[in-house]
Amino acid sequence: MVKYLLSRIAQAIAVLFGVSLVVFLLFHLQSPQALAQSVIGDRATPAQIQSFFQQEGFGRPLWDQYYLEVDHLVHLDFGHSWTFNEPVSTLIAQKLPKTLVLVGCATVLALVVAIPLGIFQTVRRNRPADYALTTLSFVFYAMPSFVLGNLLILYLAVAHHLFPPLVPAAPSIGQLLSDPRALVLPVVTLSAITMASFSRYMRSSMMDAMAADFVRTARAKGIRKRRILFVHAFRNAILPIITLIGLAMPSIVGGAVITETVFNFPGMGLLTFEAIQRNDLSVIVAVTVVFAVAAVAGSLIADLLYSVADPRIRYVSD
Amino acid sequence: MNAADDGAGAAGRALRPDEIRQMWQTRPENDVELSGTGATRLAARSFTEHRLALAGLVIIVLMLLFCFVGPLIYHTNQLITNLNNPITQPPGHGHLLGTDPNGFDELGRLMFGGQSSLEVGITAAIVATAIGVIVGSVAGFFGGVVDAVLMRVVDTLLAIPLLLLLIVLSVQFNPGKYAMILVIGCVAWLVPARLVRGETLTLRTREYVQAVRVMGGGSRKIILRHIIPNAIGTIAVNATFQVADAILLLAALGYLGVGIQPPQTDWGSMLSVGASYVEAGAWWLIWPPAVCIVIVVVAFNFVGDGLRDALEVRLQRR
Repeated sequence: MVKYLLSRIAQAIAVLFGVSLVVFLLFHLQSPQALAQSVIGDRATPAQIQSFFQQEGFGRPLWDQYYLEVDHLVHLDFGHSWTFNEPVSTLIAQKLPKTLVLVGCATVLALVVAIPLGIFQTVRRNRPADYALTTLSFVFYAMPSFVLGNLLILYLAVAHHLFPPLVPAAPSIGQLLSDPRALVLPVVTLSAITMASFSRYMRSSMMDAMAADFVRTARAKGIRKRRILFVHAFRNAILPIITLIGLAMPSIVGGAVITETVFNFPGMGLLTFEAIQRNDLSVIVAVTVVFAVAAVAGSLIADLLYSVADPRIRYVSD
Repeated sequence: MNAADDGAGAAGRALRPDEIRQMWQTRPENDVELSGTGATRLAARSFTEHRLALAGLVIIVLMLLFCFVGPLIYHTNQLITNLNNPITQPPGHGHLLGTDPNGFDELGRLMFGGQSSLEVGITAAIVATAIGVIVGSVAGFFGGVVDAVLMRVVDTLLAIPLLLLLIVLSVQFNPGKYAMILVIGCVAWLVPARLVRGETLTLRTREYVQAVRVMGGGSRKIILRHIIPNAIGTIAVNATFQVADAILLLAALGYLGVGIQPPQTDWGSMLSVGASYVEAGAWWLIWPPAVCIVIVVVAFNFVGDGLRDALEVRLQRR
């Protein structure tokens, strides 16, 4: 087991290096001219461009630059942002907690709604309620978060003034939480798509569990249906969902980018988008590495939880 | 034949000759156009019985007609602005869905944007599936180092949220409609690659593949003639979901402002324009593109589900 864990961690570190390499290469695909102009400005003189290059070390060969960058990353020195004129670590320290609040609340909300919905759909399968909820899940699954976000703003914030349309630009997390009404719309928007897919998975997983032999035995033994549903079938049906949570992390995080843009939520997503638009290399690399860590950690935790929850699974290192 | 053999049918007694003859006559209610019991015919029959999948197909066809044939019937000018035109008007006065902030007729813009969305979505999915099939089948078939290297690349790229990669590529290259197809295709091939690799690993052990090898068939022939045609079911199902995902990705990029540039437009860019007017209550700028995106994506998801069910029928028949 320990061996498996170690090999997975080693693979994870390799993936992180790979990610930083991909971002580095993508960034350097553009011409140095265009890069300098997008950072300094369109009217930069050749002398200014030259001094910018020397300052940032862009004149050196690519592998030199990459080695320096990896060296910095390993020492957790994320560099300095050109756009915001702050150390990148400060930026991340400010914005990451807020995105964690958003993503955390959205995931919890999605689970709290989707799991009971999935169980309800199993009990009422093939009846009108089931069909209606299935159609709703399809619609929400297809709806991009910016569509849902703008529709919610249009109806709940503008037409009926129930919630504020934008999130307050709070520098600290305490101030962000000071107006909890402002968090409702972004969290609901982000969780809607996850809710739809989780409830579909929960429904099919529960239906598989209810068709299993042990349920038939339990029924034959005379155990009450409610107990069968919530104790026996549920425990077996929940296992794929655990893996799903870990695997859904990258897409929730990606969805957060769009949701933060819609609601002007001052988190990592908005930071990423602005940094990409302004060609801010340090921020892009740092943010991508953070996202990749989240993705890799998510899938690793999901695998570990699965092996804890299901005693039949024993991991052997490959 | 069986009835004549054992002489006892459902009646529980020996059947008279005229009863046997009656059983073999085709009765009107049994006359299905797709008669025959071949595996593909069974699959087609399952597909047509799957009402949602048929509905999805009908919606897609109608939407294609709306976007491509519509402008021939409902003439509007989508490329040249005329400052005399009324801007941001609600529906009425000759503009069925109102006008947008540039003076373009909204319904015409919907058709024009739909052309881009559908073209890019479908073609990008084809490109992504093609790349994925090639990479996946090569990785799965040859195994060993080739497989390890290719799958590590896929894992690394999967750890980065796809949207981030897309935004970075779009900002750097400012793609037009056709370059955008390549960009999305080059990002979306990861999932088909994994799927096809799995299928190839399964199919590689089949007897007919081993037989071709023994007969001296080259690897390329085996992959092209035997493995890919047998994996075509999974590939086709995934391709439909890829179209839905590609349309959503393009819409997300358009919403963020880094997608297709004006005067070309797509539903996502129309939503981005509408989003800036959400607080003015300009619902005619938001609802039409939103509804179109959701309907088309839901339709493709239905078709994909139907194909998947039809594929299971085909597998059972084997």
